[in-house]
Amino acid sequence: MAEVKMFGAWGSPFSKRVEMGLKLKGVEYEYIEEDLNNKSSLLLNYNPVHKKVPVLVHNGKPIAESLIILEYIDEAWEGPDILPKDPYERANARFWAKFIDEKCMPPMWKACWSIGEERAKAKEEASEALKFLENEINGQKFFGGDTIGLVDIAANFIGYWFRIAEEIVGLELMTQDKYPNLCKWAEEYCKCSFVKENLPPKDKLADIFKGIIQAQSAPK
Amino acid sequence: MAADEVKVLGSWSSPFVLRARIALNIKCVEYEFLEETFVSKSDLLLKSNPVYKKFPVFIHGGRPICESLIIVQYVDEVWASGPAILPSDPYDRANARFWATYIDDKWHPSVRAILMADGEEAKKAAALEEANKGLALLEDTFRKCSKGQKFFGGDKIGYLDIALGGFLVWVRVIQILRNVSLIDESKTPNLLKWAQHFSDDAAVKDVLPETQRLLEFAKFYVAKVKATGNN
Repeated sequence: MAEVKMFGAWGSPFSKRVEMGLKLKGVEYEYIEEDLNNKSSLLLNYNPVHKKVPVLVHNGKPIAESLIILEYIDEAWEGPDILPKDPYERANARFWAKFIDEKCMPPMWKACWSIGEERAKAKEEASEALKFLENEINGQKFFGGDTIGLVDIAANFIGYWFRIAEEIVGLELMTQDKYPNLCKWAEEYCKCSFVKENLPPKDKLADIFKGIIQAQSAPK
Repeated sequence: MAADEVKVLGSWSSPFVLRARIALNIKCVEYEFLEETFVSKSDLLLKSNPVYKKFPVFIHGGRPICESLIIVQYVDEVWASGPAILPSDPYDRANARFWATYIDDKWHPSVRAILMADGEEAKKAAALEEANKGLALLEDTFRKCSKGQKFFGGDKIGYLDIALGGFLVWVRVIQILRNVSLIDESKTPNLLKWAQHFSDDAAVKDVLPETQRLLEFAKFYVAKVKATGNN
C-alpha cells in the first residue's frame, strides 16, 4: 500500500493547503505535527533546502513547497480536480496562486504586525494586490468556478487567517465596501464543510495573534 | 487574431523571455516576436500584463499568459504532441518545479545582486557566496536528474534546463563584468559541461544572446537601474 506522510504545523496556512489537497482526493496519510521552534531532524532531512513545513513524503520521496505539493497531489491521485483541465485555465490558476503568495500574503501579514508608516505602506501594497483578486473573483462562487480549486486553496490565508488577525489588530483592510466580492467569497469559502474541516480553531489562532502583539509591546 | 496565432512580447536580453522562446522552439511552434524595451513598455504589454507590467507576455489566440515558468508549462500542455518539456513522472515533475522555483526565488536574486554590486565589494562577496551555494545545490541536482546524460531532462532539454539555461549568458556576462567565477571547472564541472551542451542545442542556439552584445547591454542596464533607484 502506498505510504503517505505529511509534516505540518497546525497554525500554518501552507500546511493546511496540503491537507486540503489530500482530503479533496481522499488520500489517507499520516500527519506529523512539527514544533516550528524545534524542527525534527526528519523534517530537516526531507527539506534541507528550505527547512520548512509542509513536506509531503510519498513512498519515502519528499516534496516541498505547498503549491508544488498540490500539483503533485493532483497528478498522483484520482479524484476531484485541484487544477482545471484546460491549459489556459491551468495557467490562469497557477498565475493567481503565485500572485497570492508573492504579492498578497507578504504585505497583508506585514500590515498586521507593523505600525506607523511601515503599516501604511504595507496596507497600501496589500490593498492594490487585493483589488486584482477582487476583479478576478467577480461573478463566481469560487476562484475555481463552482467548486474549490487551486486558487481557493492557496487563498486560505486571505479567507480565514487574515480575517482573524485583521480584527484583532484593528487593521480594516479587507472591508465589505471596498472588497464586496472577496468578502462574499470568504464567507462561502469558510461555510463550505470541506474547508471548515481544514481550518485551525479560531480561538487558538486568536491566542497566537494576541501573543504576537504582547511580545511586540513588551519592554525590551 | 487567429485562434492559433502565437505572439511573444519581450526583449532579446531577458532570460525570462528566452525561456518562452526555447519552449516554443522545442515544440517547433511559429510565433511572432514583438520586441519590447524595458525603458518604455508598449500599450499591448501593459494591457496584457496589468498585474506585473513585465515581459515575457505570451499571447495565444488573443489570450495572454504571463510569468515565464507558467508560460513554459502552458506551451508544454498545449503542444502536447511535440517533445515533452516536463518529465512524465509526477515525482520528477514536482522535483523539476521545485528547482525551477528555487532558481527564480533564491538563486536569481543573489546573481542579480552580484550584477548590481558595481564597486561595492562587500555586497558582491556576500551575494557571490549565496549564488555559489545555490550552484552547488544545482550541480548536485544535475547529477541526480541527468543520470549521466547531457541535460537535467536526460538526453534532451527539459523544464529545468530551460529554467536555468535562460540565465546562462547573463552568468557569463556577470563573470566578466564583475570578475567572479560562478560556473567553472573546479566548483561545478557538470554544470560547465551542461552549459556547453545547452548552448549548442538546436532549440537554443539561435535565440541565445551573443555574449558581447549582452555585456554591453548589461553595463547600460546597471546604470539605468541605479539611475532610477530601482535596485
